[in-house]
Amino acid sequence: MRQVIELRDVHKSFGTTKIIHGVNLAIGAGERHAIIGPNGAGKSTLYNLISGRFPLSAGQVLLNGEDITGLKPHEINRRGLSRSFQVTNIFHNLSVYENIRCGVLWSAGCGYSFWHRVGGLAEVRRRAEQTMERIGLARRRDVLAGTLTYAEQRALEIGITIAGGASVVLLDEPTAGMSRTETAQAIELVRQVTEGKTLVMVEHDMGVVFGLADRISVLVYGEVIATGTPEEIRANPAVQEAYLGALHKETAHA
Amino acid sequence: MRYQPLNLGRWVLWSATAIVFVVAPLMFTESFALTLLIQMGTMIIFALSYNMLLGQGGMLSFGHAVYSGLGAYITVHALNLVGKGAFYIPVPLLPLVGGLAGLVFGVLFGYVTTRRAGTTFAMISLGIGEMVYACVLMFPGFFGGEAGISTNRVVGQPYLGLSFGPAIQVYYLVALWCFVCIAAMFALTQTPLGRMANAVRDNPERAEFVGYNTQHVRFLQLALSAFFAGVAGGLSCINFEIVSAENVSAIRSGGVLLATFIGGVPFFFGPILGAVVFIFFVVALSGFTKAWLLYLGLFFLVMVLYAPGGIASLLLMQIPVIRARRFGELAAPYVAAFAAALLALAGLIGIVEMVYRLSEQGARTELALLGFAFDARDLAPWIAFGAILAAGLAALRRATRWLGARWSSIQQDLLARQP
Ligand SMILES: Nc1ncnc2c1ncn2[C@@H]1O[C@H](COP(=O)(O)OP(=O)(O)OP(=O)(O)O)[C@@H](O)[C@H]1O
Ligand SMILES: [Mg+2]
Repeated sequence: MRQVIELRDVHKSFGTTKIIHGVNLAIGAGERHAIIGPNGAGKSTLYNLISGRFPLSAGQVLLNGEDITGLKPHEINRRGLSRSFQVTNIFHNLSVYENIRCGVLWSAGCGYSFWHRVGGLAEVRRRAEQTMERIGLARRRDVLAGTLTYAEQRALEIGITIAGGASVVLLDEPTAGMSRTETAQAIELVRQVTEGKTLVMVEHDMGVVFGLADRISVLVYGEVIATGTPEEIRANPAVQEAYLGALHKETAHA
Repeated sequence: MRYQPLNLGRWVLWSATAIVFVVAPLMFTESFALTLLIQMGTMIIFALSYNMLLGQGGMLSFGHAVYSGLGAYITVHALNLVGKGAFYIPVPLLPLVGGLAGLVFGVLFGYVTTRRAGTTFAMISLGIGEMVYACVLMFPGFFGGEAGISTNRVVGQPYLGLSFGPAIQVYYLVALWCFVCIAAMFALTQTPLGRMANAVRDNPERAEFVGYNTQHVRFLQLALSAFFAGVAGGLSCINFEIVSAENVSAIRSGGVLLATFIGGVPFFFGPILGAVVFIFFVVALSGFTKAWLLYLGLFFLVMVLYAPGGIASLLLMQIPVIRARRFGELAAPYVAAFAAALLALAGLIGIVEMVYRLSEQGARTELALLGFAFDARDLAPWIAFGAILAAGLAALRRATRWLGARWSSIQQDLLARQP
């Protein structure tokens, strides 16, 4: 299978604290890949390294076989990788529609144009409206994003991420802070909108992870201790030891 | 279909704006009013261009006068060269020279300033403002030093029968440019760049992750804004027939910030209102009192504290209330608050004017306000104005409480009616 994302011996330290210690990871085209791991393992940090938010301390990141190490976030986005954020990161003072449209504009080839009327760009409108339909916010079109409910903001977060039609989508805990029904809806949404794309997802809900992912990587203290299909991961003793076991104990206590 | 009424509303709005521009000078006969109107038109362009940075792009600039000022300098030289017969540009097109000059300097300085956003941007803009001001004084050969460079706008043959000698012709020139610039700047807000400028203002980080280089967005927005500032500079050069170091000074940069803020940063048309009020303070009030700057400062302070969305927000707040046909309930408290504010203002003005008269060496201490004659050296007027101010403030407090109570009950009803 063609590798879409490839991490080669990636390291990251903040000051003297080492957070990511030599991660190697390969994610194939069209794959749904989940990254799991305990709090503070470095999952979000890994996303920040892939998407260009932070510079790497060492190592290499490849996107579709091309080296993207050290590129700026907008350059990486233009190569077809789009990401969402664990902490909702939307345009609070813009309407839902405008938020989505921001996600569309670059990929629709509008660039920095100051000679087109944005309302007259039919393709942009069509794509933005389609995205709003898909995330179920069409009826909230003109509401300011900052005034949406939490679950709606999470949906919008995903909407902005997928609006540009990127072929590689990185979602960071899309269901964080949601109730069970909201989680189920959100996951259904993720499943639909990433049809035919490469999806990387950080998720704490094991039911969701094992149901959705083709392959899973387990990140513990900045190291990938295992990668494999859900069955392989479930059967992996090291994972049991380091992560799943602990989690089971937690849930047993609760 | 849904957009039909909106478009109609827009046509009405733009036509009304055009009509106001045409008839404004006909309503006032004194030549002073014309001076005022010309400066308001120029200031409207300048303030709107400033809001392209502050309101739309989230860039707080302390050096915007650099672009209008340098635009004015280039225009004055162009005008003088036209006068000497070096080349020919019709006077009505000279503001374009100013605009292009603004654009060039916008590209030049913007490249440096827009590399950063936020506080750093503000600091660099301040630094560039000071630097340009120093340069203007350093090269009197080109900039004419403190005295500046003067010119004569009546050059060559009349253009289409217009010599631009009479102020009324200058007014209509400014009005035309003002209308075109308002329309152009509004159109810019509706473009991909304009929209992404809003996005970059709100959340620059996310804008990066949807494919936009925030630095480019800021840079282009600044360059375009500098163009319009340059047009304003060109118009002021034609109007005053002199350009001096003051045109690029921090005072001008501060002035446009004040005007824009007073009018209302969050709204496109806010700076238009702000420019009108600002010019009223600067030009009209300064003819009456030496304390005008103090009044302007106080007004600015009150706006920042109580109406951070400016005059525009105060007006727009009323729309839902009017739509719900409940404005009548607010009329009485509004009148009361207005009367109380006037009373407090009268007391304040009395005291301020007396302070100014006493502090100024050799000034006459006898004053007259609203027909009352008094002497600032007496005790009685101090007590009287102090009492008026105190009574006014107390009344204002009660009136605003009354207003606030009615306002919040209406708001609650409006909220309850929403789905
Ligand atoms: N910008 C930063 N500066 C310093 N330390 C950081 C920074 N970002 C993350 N860290 C640290 O790196 C470690 C990993 O954080 P990260 O957010 O990647 O964890 P995570 O796996 O996403 O956890 P969670 O499940 O809670 O989201 C944490 O200890 C965190 O404090
Ligand atoms: Mg995280």
